Amino acid sequence: MTIQEIQNEIIDEFSMFDDWMQRYEYIIDLGKGLPLIDEQYKTDDNIIKGCQSKVWLHAEQQDDKVVFTADSDAILTKGIIAILIRAFSNQKATDILEANTDFIDEIGLKEHLSATRANGLVSMIKQIKMYALAFNAKK
Amino acid sequence: MLDIQKIRADFPILSQKVNGKPLVYFDNGATSQKPQVVIDAIAKYYQEINANIHRGVHTLSQLATDAYEASRMKIQKHINAKYAHEVIFTSGTTHGINAVANGFASLIKEGDEILVSALEHHSNIVPWQMLCERTGATLKVIPMNEAGELIMAEYDKLLSSKTKIVTVNHISNALGTINPIKYMIDKAHEAGAAVLIDGAQATPHLKPDVQQLDCDFYVFSGHKICGPTGVGILYGKEDWLRKLPPYQGGGEMIATVTFEKTTYADLPHKFEAGTPNIADGIVLGTAIDYLNSVGFDAIAKYEHELLQYATEQLSAIEGLKIFGTAKEKTSVISFNIEGIHPYDIGTIIDKLGIAVRTGHHCAQPIMDFYQIPGTIRASFAFYNTKEEIDAMVAAVKKAQMMLS
Repeated sequence: MTIQEIQNEIIDEFSMFDDWMQRYEYIIDLGKGLPLIDEQYKTDDNIIKGCQSKVWLHAEQQDDKVVFTADSDAILTKGIIAILIRAFSNQKATDILEANTDFIDEIGLKEHLSATRANGLVSMIKQIKMYALAFNAKK
Repeated sequence: MLDIQKIRADFPILSQKVNGKPLVYFDNGATSQKPQVVIDAIAKYYQEINANIHRGVHTLSQLATDAYEASRMKIQKHINAKYAHEVIFTSGTTHGINAVANGFASLIKEGDEILVSALEHHSNIVPWQMLCERTGATLKVIPMNEAGELIMAEYDKLLSSKTKIVTVNHISNALGTINPIKYMIDKAHEAGAAVLIDGAQATPHLKPDVQQLDCDFYVFSGHKICGPTGVGILYGKEDWLRKLPPYQGGGEMIATVTFEKTTYADLPHKFEAGTPNIADGIVLGTAIDYLNSVGFDAIAKYEHELLQYATEQLSAIEGLKIFGTAKEKTSVISFNIEGIHPYDIGTIIDKLGIAVRTGHHCAQPIMDFYQIPGTIRASFAFYNTKEEIDAMVAAVKKAQMMLS
């Protein structure tokens, strides 16, 4: 699936929920299914700055795709990064770079995370794109 | 006895709904809410007497100057400073600390020591670290115990003739500990050191008496005591303020200027370069009047009841641990729930209308001491109620259920 198709799928899933509690419970569930970062990559260098909780993000190239793994010490943050990884992992670097991130607004995440927390979300997306940029440059 | 419903009616923001739920505002340690008299006074200043102060001969300028200086005297009286010119308007606590730390650069040399406490906010650590970097002085830390109390036996040992200044908060923002500052000030003076007290977290709860304390500097913020943001106070003993060089140069702080030499204005203007925050300086006086009309004795008594009630109610939650259990503490409860990140709890209870602070509270060394990433901090003001505490406890339980 393309990034856009995955994003549409996520929007569809979130549109089923009536209230914030269901939405948050789903995010918590998604957090439990996050593709976890290998312990050896859980280093300070891989911590994303700007989040209230700790977020580790690792990327590697498999064939022509970028594969992301991550972890966080907060479960809601794990859920949010799981959503991002679902959208952007296993995609080509150029596609990741070109993808927009409007779906975050559409699933009500940005609206429900205050500015300080949203900064964490913005930092995560920025870091994902930075990895894509780095892999793209290596080609 | 406080008439809480009447007091709550003074604060328009408290009747708001947040996320569809009645707002429960327990982030008073970060900033207080504002009563209508304070909000009105800001508008009134701009509507009626707005003018630049201390220079115009016209009527408005004189009215604004009089109001600004009347506020200074009100604050002088409130903290019992000996002279009005010992009361310097700043932009807030951080500004006050930086002004003093910068001033000390000319009085401190390599080998001298500065004592800070383990309970400090970053704003009372970093300016002193910067001073040490500039001068070669050494920063020493007064340690704390598991309850979040400073260890006085260690403090006594750290003090020496090398100590030039001791800088400590009156009350800890992260844990609520009330520090034994009178003892610390007296001991520091015996050693020949000056003392700065960071009163940012104390002034919402009590009325400091700077002469009785005998501190050399006392700093606090307006926005934490029902006043506007962007204004605060640096109190300094006259002798010290004369000894310290000015922090910023500009208009207002000079006596004469030629390209060869400038002479500085007398106190307090020496430390008030540029057009000050006139409106908020005046309204800080209004806020202090308001708090005094409620009465600090009544505030302290009521907040203590809230603290005890919340401590009991929260302690009943399984897996909940309170950080900061000092014998002397104010209405602040920092806590965590076993196995759950404070950020997760904070986010969920926000959806239920509960405003608390989560994170390290700009006091990372304290979090490192307890080896935790942060806490959830509920800080109560005199306009909070036991019913609101019940709502928070219910919200925390709900979050705990969702998250575990």
